[in-house]
Amino acid sequence: MENIKTIDTGHHEPHFDTKPIWRTFWILLGITLFELLLATIHIKTDGKFPPKLALNGMYLILTCAKAFYIIAEFMHLRHEIKNMIMTVAIPATLFIWFIIAFLWDGNSYRELRNRYDRHHFEQQQVKAPPTEEHEPAAKKPGAAE
Amino acid sequence: MAQMAPAGTKWWSGGKSPFNVEYGKLMMWYFLMSDAFTFGAFLISYGSIRFATNGWPDPNEVFKAFPFIHGVNLPLVFVSLMTFILIASSVTMVLAVAAGHNNDQKGVTKYMILTIIGGLMFLGCQAWEWTHLHGEGAWWGRNPFVNADGTVATTNFTNFFFTITGFHGFHVFSGVIINIIMLIKNLRGDFAKRGHYLMIEKAGLYWHFVDLVWVFVFTCFYLL
Repeated sequence: MENIKTIDTGHHEPHFDTKPIWRTFWILLGITLFELLLATIHIKTDGKFPPKLALNGMYLILTCAKAFYIIAEFMHLRHEIKNMIMTVAIPATLFIWFIIAFLWDGNSYRELRNRYDRHHFEQQQVKAPPTEEHEPAAKKPGAAE
Repeated sequence: MAQMAPAGTKWWSGGKSPFNVEYGKLMMWYFLMSDAFTFGAFLISYGSIRFATNGWPDPNEVFKAFPFIHGVNLPLVFVSLMTFILIASSVTMVLAVAAGHNNDQKGVTKYMILTIIGGLMFLGCQAWEWTHLHGEGAWWGRNPFVNADGTVATTNFTNFFFTITGFHGFHVFSGVIINIIMLIKNLRGDFAKRGHYLMIEKAGLYWHFVDLVWVFVFTCFYLL
């Protein structure tokens, strides 16, 4: 400790400025409302706009943006020194492999099963009986809430 | 204690933390890393199963109810409210940390109480949602919802939903307990005696992590 010169902003002054906190809050709220808006447009246009794949891509980007703001500002990681940031950020890059590998594997399993297990594939094409109690149109008003 | 150090400091020459944070806070970060991988494993197994399945229920059809308003079709509105509550409680948590930095004991008390209320509100919302879905016939091993294309769905949808939101809800619950303990310690003047409020920061890191996980749960279950 004695060989670090402590600059006085370290402890006594508001090291945590409250202005960026509120800015972060509005950004997070704005992104969430934007996601809600995208979902609403998607439903109102019967899933035509934005197309499902583009919509999911936008959701993922917006989710990562929210995660960045929470970690950087709320958890204050952006204001730590670089060593500290890297000890968290480098292990977290494992997630890139983790996500790609497992989703790819799941998709490959589905395709192989559909191709080679025809019985399973045909069974999956059977529509649910129309008398399904929880079809949107048959929603009972007095259902347990 | 994190102090500002001049540029050009030799971090790895010994005698000080090369990460410039207090030991307990660093360990909280590492605990949160491990917890992130636990949640990551849950969510990625959900993704893997979803990619391995031909049909999946449409979340806009499943999550469209709102408390006390019957027969309405409000997809995502209730869960967005839950997201808002959690983000707002994260803000009050940072404000508690900021008050701690200013050695403002009363401020810490005020914002910790608000954070605890936010956490309890979130848990209340989740309890309502679980009860509602259970009333619709959904539970572990039971899935009343059909796939988006009208085919019969597997129970994987409800199994993953209840397991992962349940695991997250348990984190929120334990976060509320931790925050209550911090509030009591603060009221007893423990931190004022100690001269710093680092414990509030560590509890805050945990609380923000819970919010962070919710961002991913929200996307994976309600949006995608």
